[in-house]
Amino acid sequence: MENAMEAPRKLAKHAPPTPYQLLMRNDLPSGLFLTVLAIVTVLVPILHLVVPEGNVLHLSSYSVTLIGKYMCYALLAVAVDLIWGYCGILSLGHTAFFALGGYAMGMYLMRQIGTRGVYADPVLPDFMVFLNWKELPWFWQGMDQFWFAMIMVVFIPGLLAYVFGWLAFRSRVTGVYLSIITQALTYALLLAFFRNEMGFGGNNGLTDFKDLLGMDLKQPGVRIALFVATGVCLGFGYFACRYVVRSRFGRVVQAIRDAESRARFIGYRVENYKLWLFTFSAMLAGLAGALYVPQVGIINPGEFAPINSIEVVIWVAVGGRGTLYGAVVGAVLVNYAKTVLTDALPDVWLYALGALFVVVTLFLPKGIVGVLPDLKAKIDTLRLQRARRAR
Amino acid sequence: MSAPGLRGGIERFGNTVGRVLNRGGSAAAPRLDLSHDIILYLEGITVSFDGFRALNNLSLYVEAGELRCIIGPNGAGKTTMMDVITGKTRPDLGSAWFGQTVDLLTLTEPEIAEVGIGRKFQKPTVFSEHSVFENLELAMAGNKSVWRMLFAKMTPEQHLRIDEVLETIGLKDHRAARAGSLSHGQKQWLEIGMLLMQDPALLLVDEPVAGMTPQETERTAELLVSLAGKHSVVVVEHDMNFVRSIARTVTVLHQGSVLAEGSMEQVQNDPKVIEVYLGDGGH
Ligand SMILES: Nc1ncnc2c1ncn2[C@@H]1O[C@H](COP(=O)(O)OP(=O)(O)O)[C@@H](O)[C@H]1O
Ligand SMILES: [Mg+2]
Repeated sequence: MENAMEAPRKLAKHAPPTPYQLLMRNDLPSGLFLTVLAIVTVLVPILHLVVPEGNVLHLSSYSVTLIGKYMCYALLAVAVDLIWGYCGILSLGHTAFFALGGYAMGMYLMRQIGTRGVYADPVLPDFMVFLNWKELPWFWQGMDQFWFAMIMVVFIPGLLAYVFGWLAFRSRVTGVYLSIITQALTYALLLAFFRNEMGFGGNNGLTDFKDLLGMDLKQPGVRIALFVATGVCLGFGYFACRYVVRSRFGRVVQAIRDAESRARFIGYRVENYKLWLFTFSAMLAGLAGALYVPQVGIINPGEFAPINSIEVVIWVAVGGRGTLYGAVVGAVLVNYAKTVLTDALPDVWLYALGALFVVVTLFLPKGIVGVLPDLKAKIDTLRLQRARRAR
Repeated sequence: MSAPGLRGGIERFGNTVGRVLNRGGSAAAPRLDLSHDIILYLEGITVSFDGFRALNNLSLYVEAGELRCIIGPNGAGKTTMMDVITGKTRPDLGSAWFGQTVDLLTLTEPEIAEVGIGRKFQKPTVFSEHSVFENLELAMAGNKSVWRMLFAKMTPEQHLRIDEVLETIGLKDHRAARAGSLSHGQKQWLEIGMLLMQDPALLLVDEPVAGMTPQETERTAELLVSLAGKHSVVVVEHDMNFVRSIARTVTVLHQGSVLAEGSMEQVQNDPKVIEVYLGDGGH
């Protein structure tokens, strides 16, 4: 009798969940975030293009670009959270991948300038003419093709991450040592990209972009297209990360975070897991950088500055690591604060950031998104106590 | 990087690429060969830590299907021996073979796990942030390559297998509990369950009943006895009553080498053993 009752329920439990269920089960905040993102991605173009200027609801091009920038930062933060929050790999060099993606996009945009540069050379960007170069270096070949450049946007950061990770993880470099060599990596790239002979515009970097796919970057329509593309990439990037952490691969990765050698003794090749996660994360960072550059109009070696990578980690810590949506919240809030503060009190920002980090580490170990569940738990216990007393 | 290091690196890189291309099929792992009925050969193993010899010319043979107990005072080198077998520690001297064909000293930890050696640690180490169910899922035997895991789906058979193990280890009602929230004894059981999921040919079990109640100890003994035959089991334990209840052959380790070996009775009456144990404060 009992068995007969039990059987159908058991079957239902074993029925494979749909991909959406798999991704969003028990994860209200992620659903919420994706909903908000969808609304923003639809609403911002309307407020910018349809609502006439002068109307209170009109969104200025400055605001559109600003929100677009925040979304790029959010994607970068999600990439960092994926490796730090879920695998314990504290990369303090992730903006290196962001910047490389940005440079790949910048190279494409430079080639789009064509004869409209100061020196009007049909092939060579201005800075190369200025350096008296006669030919395009080999690594600039093909970058005039959009599809090729877009592949490079994820391929170059991915390749660097793969080689770097292969060396580091196979030698079992972990913890603080790994963080230090990631800082060294981004610093080395900073120095290299500063040099004119590298062929990336040296100190000035790449700028004065004109077109994207033959369309004027200053046109509102193009600006909005870039904005929408950023929203879509953030959404898909988030989804992909969600899939990764919800897969069995994701559970292995978290197991590695919590007990690395145990995972080895069960038979997991820990270095491969770290390597692929790290590479994927770097590719996402590269994508974020590529979306960032046409919106801000410049990429220069300053993006490689070690402090930038540390800032990203602070965003994630402030938002709450190991949740993905926490990274988004942290990236947006901290950067909004930065926008406001650097406007009002430019000298104070770094101190404020440092103080924020200390406060969060001491008082909010789970970040901002950890506050609500904690509060709810506290209220629940209070209620329980009161109910008991009443009885 | 030295030349052999570099060559090893290139080889591993090739292996990685190969593994990726064939979606993670394990690269020709040697098979376990039990044609001589011996599953584990340790010969002349010496391990030094800063000049101190934790293992000193240790030789030990374990038969296929055997349940072997290893006893010995604290610091005798029992855990270190398991570290050598599982690839965590490399010996200075000696050889370690798994069956006739597998040279354990050339394999990494995951490779050793893959050829069929599972281990339960002295200090229970479960994945504390994962649920009990997920811990068992992670330990499940099978291809453990990155690509497989990325697209892995649990089959109904695997689900049933996990349910079965949950039943065996008495954690059925805790399947969704965070492993970190379990009691010490339950963690021990969960780790044994993970071993069962791995389904290895040789189980190394380091102090399984530490922190267990007498009833739990008894059930552990029953379980280990039931595993022998199909698996080979090596148990390290301090608890003499426990050892007496399960052991057929006992090996006494002292200062990094074998002091005595035989049935519990033989060993207990061995004057050398008596001296060591009395000298150690008596167990
Ligand atoms: N990593 C290590 N470094 C230095 N000494 C160690 C290390 N591991 C074990 N030892 C020493 O080796 C001896 C054997 O240890 P162990 O194998 O843990 O003994 P047992 O498990 O039999 O109690 C002990 O004296 C211990 O202090
Ligand atoms: Mg020990």
